Amino acid sequence: MLVVLFLVAAPWWAGRAELRLLGEIYLYLSLACLWNLMAGYAGMVSVGQQAYVGFGGYMLFALTMFVGLPPIAAIGVSAVLAAALAVPIASLIFRLNGAYFAIGTWVIAEVFRLTFAQVNALGGGSGTSLPVSIVKSLASSRSGRESLSYFLAIGAMILVFVSIYFFLRSKRGLALTAIRDNETAASGLGVNIWRTKLEVYVVTAALTAAIGGLIFLQKLRISPDAAFSVNDWTAFVIFIVVIGGIGTLEGPIIGTILFFLLRETLADYGSAYLMILGLVAILVMIKAPRGVWGWIAQKYDIELLPMRYRVQLDK
Amino acid sequence: MSKVLLQTDSLNAFYGDFQALYDVDMSVCEGETIAIIGANGAGKSTLLRSIAGLIKTEPESVRFDGTAIGNWRADKIAKQGIALIPEGRQLFPSLSVEENLKLGSTVGRTGHWQLDTVYQLFPVLKERRTQPSTSLSGGQQQMVAIGRALMSNPEVLLFDEISLGLAPVIINTIYEQLPNIISQGATAIIIEQDVGRAMAAASRVYCLIEGRVKLEGSTHELTREQITEAYFGVAA
Repeated sequence: MLVVLFLVAAPWWAGRAELRLLGEIYLYLSLACLWNLMAGYAGMVSVGQQAYVGFGGYMLFALTMFVGLPPIAAIGVSAVLAAALAVPIASLIFRLNGAYFAIGTWVIAEVFRLTFAQVNALGGGSGTSLPVSIVKSLASSRSGRESLSYFLAIGAMILVFVSIYFFLRSKRGLALTAIRDNETAASGLGVNIWRTKLEVYVVTAALTAAIGGLIFLQKLRISPDAAFSVNDWTAFVIFIVVIGGIGTLEGPIIGTILFFLLRETLADYGSAYLMILGLVAILVMIKAPRGVWGWIAQKYDIELLPMRYRVQLDK
Repeated sequence: MSKVLLQTDSLNAFYGDFQALYDVDMSVCEGETIAIIGANGAGKSTLLRSIAGLIKTEPESVRFDGTAIGNWRADKIAKQGIALIPEGRQLFPSLSVEENLKLGSTVGRTGHWQLDTVYQLFPVLKERRTQPSTSLSGGQQQMVAIGRALMSNPEVLLFDEISLGLAPVIINTIYEQLPNIISQGATAIIIEQDVGRAMAAASRVYCLIEGRVKLEGSTHELTREQITEAYFGVAA
């Protein structure tokens, strides 16, 4: 709690570069939590979440430039649009299982990328920048904008984290874990598998699009390759979750910290940096298949965020 | 006997191209307990899985309280009040005992069975409610599986291999509790390898062999010899 307060107050103590980095960390953490909810809890391993990141980003640009919505409202609207879009997409890709599901999501993301690359009004394949007037509408001063986008990022992260936490603690979260453990037994107990997965997929899509909007509100420039990058919005996110510990709430936090530590120290080495990331991933998977957090939790039997109803036991 | 609650009418069930059940006719009346016996691979589990909706069949071939449910999804059937206690228990390993039980109430049917009453039935589960479900012994896991099914307050309980892999003393405990489990107005279908136990617990038995009903009758009327013949295909 203190840590969160301390972080919320960052604009008063941190420099511009740190602020920007922290904002990026929060958004990555949000993406990681969302991917973890899908893959780690609902068993849907998607490699196509960049579809919604990019969609959210492009919708921010389109809705502000052509509809004239203020940026924050545009992000909200794009989340709703992403949810609406996720329903028919889910009905397509839910026919696929396992590896085929993963590939299917990737194909969808590529379709998104190619589609947005065709839209000339949004700069086609080379992309576009957010007009200055819209940027200015956020806050007139540069530092005002920077703290605003920082607050939006940390707010989004807290929103994502808290909603996932409460969702998983609810009866539906229980059903979700049951589905992951044993689909047959869960359906025999009256859990509607299709609907539960659909809910998770749609909510994840909406929140991912909102995060995408925030990411490109920070960047102020969008292009199809950046918006729908499988590397940036899925591979790194999977790295974070797997390193940290898939299927745990703490995992993505640890993973994000590790990822940014590695990135900030090694980014200057170019492709060697990516090779080291790969090496770390391989090592963790061999030495601690349940991620760093899984390893810690097993060794010391602790949970920072009790998910197993331990707190309720003395009722 | 009172009215027929659940029946199958020339039920055929398939795994892909492989046909596991051929024209199985079976019925259970309200409040009745029947047993299904037969060798391995005879189709006993397939029969229960077809009833529970885990295997899709022709709509009319399974009827519950007059409604054709053969092609319904499993979760919908569970909501109607048919609960399967699956072979091998199939607990959720990442959930605690109590969470496993709570999942049983997902269908939202209320009645006699809730956490308290299940804990009364199996007090040992109350002591272990915070433990991961798979850290329990096989017998205790079976109790969780039974409790989980009861939490849905079902009208029909389907027990698949109720005593499989359990120590005899545990099997005794579970069979001692069986009347209490079923007494809450429930109807039950039991799959049991031990013919003696099946005959004692049920009022009627069906003997399956290679996917077909070979023999059916009241447990009072059938002789051990008839069953042995149906079971093995030869007289003992």
